[in-house]
Amino acid sequence: MSDNIERISESMAKLSMKWLSAEDEYPDLSKHNNHMAKVLTLPMYKKLRERVTPNGFTIEGVIQTGVDNPGHPFIMTVGCVAGDEETYEVFKELLDPVIEDRHGGYKPTDKHKTDLNPDNLKGGDDLDPKYVLSSRVRTGRSIRGFCLPPHCSRGERRAVEKLSVEALAALSGDLKGKYYALKNMTEAEQQQLIDDHFLFDKPVSPLLLASGMARDWPDARGIWHNDNKTFLVWVNEEDHLRVISMQKGGKMKEVFTRFCTGLTKIETLFRDRGHAFMWNEHLGYVLTCPSNLGTGLRAGVHVKLPNMSKHAKFEEILTKLRLQKRGTGGVDTAAVGGVFDISNADRLGFSEVDLVQMVVDGVKLLVEMEKRLEKGQPIDNLIPAQK
Amino acid sequence: MSGSFRRLISGRSTAVLLASLGAGTMATGVLLNENGSLAAEAKKKLYPPSSDFPDLRKHNNCMATALTPAIYAKLRDKLTPNNWTLDQCIQTGVDNPGHPFIKTVGCVAGDEESYEVFAELFDPVIKDRHNGYDPRKMTHPTDLDASKLKHGMFDENYVLSSRVRTGRSIRGLSLPPACSRAERREVERVVVTALAGLKGDLAGRYYSLGDMTEKEQQQLIDDHFLFDKPVSPLLTCAFMARDWPDARGIWHNNEKTFLIWVNEEDHTRVISMEKGGNMKRVFERFCNGLKQVEHLIQERGWEFMWNERLGYILTCPSNLGTGLRAGVHVRLPNLSKDPRFSKILDNLRLQKRGTGGVDTAATGDTFDISNLDRLGKSEVELVQLLVDGVNYLIECEKKLEKGQDIQVPAPLVMFKK
Repeated sequence: MSDNIERISESMAKLSMKWLSAEDEYPDLSKHNNHMAKVLTLPMYKKLRERVTPNGFTIEGVIQTGVDNPGHPFIMTVGCVAGDEETYEVFKELLDPVIEDRHGGYKPTDKHKTDLNPDNLKGGDDLDPKYVLSSRVRTGRSIRGFCLPPHCSRGERRAVEKLSVEALAALSGDLKGKYYALKNMTEAEQQQLIDDHFLFDKPVSPLLLASGMARDWPDARGIWHNDNKTFLVWVNEEDHLRVISMQKGGKMKEVFTRFCTGLTKIETLFRDRGHAFMWNEHLGYVLTCPSNLGTGLRAGVHVKLPNMSKHAKFEEILTKLRLQKRGTGGVDTAAVGGVFDISNADRLGFSEVDLVQMVVDGVKLLVEMEKRLEKGQPIDNLIPAQK
Repeated sequence: MSGSFRRLISGRSTAVLLASLGAGTMATGVLLNENGSLAAEAKKKLYPPSSDFPDLRKHNNCMATALTPAIYAKLRDKLTPNNWTLDQCIQTGVDNPGHPFIKTVGCVAGDEESYEVFAELFDPVIKDRHNGYDPRKMTHPTDLDASKLKHGMFDENYVLSSRVRTGRSIRGLSLPPACSRAERREVERVVVTALAGLKGDLAGRYYSLGDMTEKEQQQLIDDHFLFDKPVSPLLTCAFMARDWPDARGIWHNNEKTFLIWVNEEDHTRVISMEKGGNMKRVFERFCNGLKQVEHLIQERGWEFMWNERLGYILTCPSNLGTGLRAGVHVRLPNLSKDPRFSKILDNLRLQKRGTGGVDTAATGDTFDISNLDRLGKSEVELVQLLVDGVNYLIECEKKLEKGQDIQVPAPLVMFKK
């Protein structure tokens, strides 16, 4: 114990020599436009820099990506990430207001509802395939007890991979599949995964790189998918697991059913091995980016809306329907040939069923409108109220 | 112990340090995580060093060559006094496997102490990179007496410009991979204050990257002085671009012949340059400027990181010793086409680069020729080596112009055994 004390005194002496104050450390956020920059203040920073999660994650780790990426005048990024489950507690003072801002006024006292029962979805099996080209539902899951991608060590990441691969190997029937580790795949396997649009690559977005998520690439990263290529799991990309159910056409109900069945089975398989997903009553499923809390769910379709997209009220209608548009390459891409990726805008405060319902109902309406516009008919009486 | 817990690191606060040591002491106004030390011990058992050892089978860099599971096991749980770890030193080398032809270094120092605490890794890396230089047994000579340089005037029909650069680190403050925003700002403050004391032909001005006007920016670009946020993954993976452009800037003298980069890849990069072939004058200004800056920071109680074994301490092990790259832009239309060109350069211990700097291609027949070595020879010795070498290359060029034959010189010996 005594040489511990010596070590401490020595280190403390050195630290106090360079003891630089919170004011000296405070980031310059004057040109920044992201949720973290809007919420963080000097008094808050002063308080939070004294804290550390049990895994050693600090406020610097939380905000680095937001400091390094000032953001865009039009697009409000989140600007902070979690390094472990405890981040959301230890740094509440910052994350609660960020969550409130990002998730439509969700309060620290609000409770999030989880509903993965596909029987509760009404309709959704008859989206017109002449317009709806494909349907997809994705979410993420984190394994309790392991640090998240910004903070995990190589050992932890490999443990997440091992656990996931073992659990997925126990899936059967139409969910039976195979794992492809990024660092071991053959050229042929790689090409196939690219052709299937399954392969994920090392992140290039500075938003992700600045948070430390790409460290040690491609160690312990991989892709699992079922033989039918309708159920896909990404391991150790932006979250521990990203789970995706997808197929061509407009049968969203089928996609969602497989999604729920698959997820529930996977959760059971993890439980059998002594591991739970990170979840709590307030935040729902806990993921790396605060924007993905709650359901972490993005249900979407690729849909042809060449006329709708030119309509002056397109954006307004999407907002009313609580939907969001993206290009067919995913986030931050442009639409090609009038085909849009339309998905739910919300993640937290609504259940999985609620969100998929919004997409199903919303897309049905958009296709209705598209058909009307094709015939030169007006759509004003179809415009909905704010959901 | 898991890398995650050791990364208490970035907090650089007393609380974090105390938690890591599991001590019961309290400092005023500081919040302790009581479960901190328990979590650390548990994680240590759950994740032995072998579980964290990086997969380096496809890697070709000095770190990957030197790091063994045994060394990793010994060093993984160690901390420098600034809480910097081995994992952080090697992250850039893990993330960048390298190239079959180009052997990068693959590790960086977070502070001066990194080279000591992680000596078992850095010593073999240094040996590999610096021609067998052994920091345990050898000493590095520092010599900034420019008067000793001979024949430092090049034929300006061939040499278009002359340049000498090095770096300097401020002792007591962490290096770019590890520094906090406050430390980085402190580096800026110390350096800019010192530079404001320069007079005569060295008098100049500082341009902070974050504050400069559009016009100032354009001028600096036109002068080829402006540096930009690093894009090379070698640097970004080493955490050097954090908080950009906070506390980064460029200082140069009014005559635009002496230039200092603040908080780019090192605390400071010092550059002396001129059009034409007067390397002697460039080197004189270089030495004079460096000495003056050193004097000015010493007046305020600061000093440069330097020791006998490693010379000047910089972020990348490749820049230890002198950190000096002396070079010219030189036209060698005939010689560059001669198949013996590379061998001649090798034997003269010179390196060619394109005129855009490292990792660029030559335009036309103009090359950037500079010294290869950094450590084990003094500044005067290395610049002399460059001068003699370039003069030899020009001689060869002239001979080839006249249709005469040239000779490959005998290889220069680096260290006398």
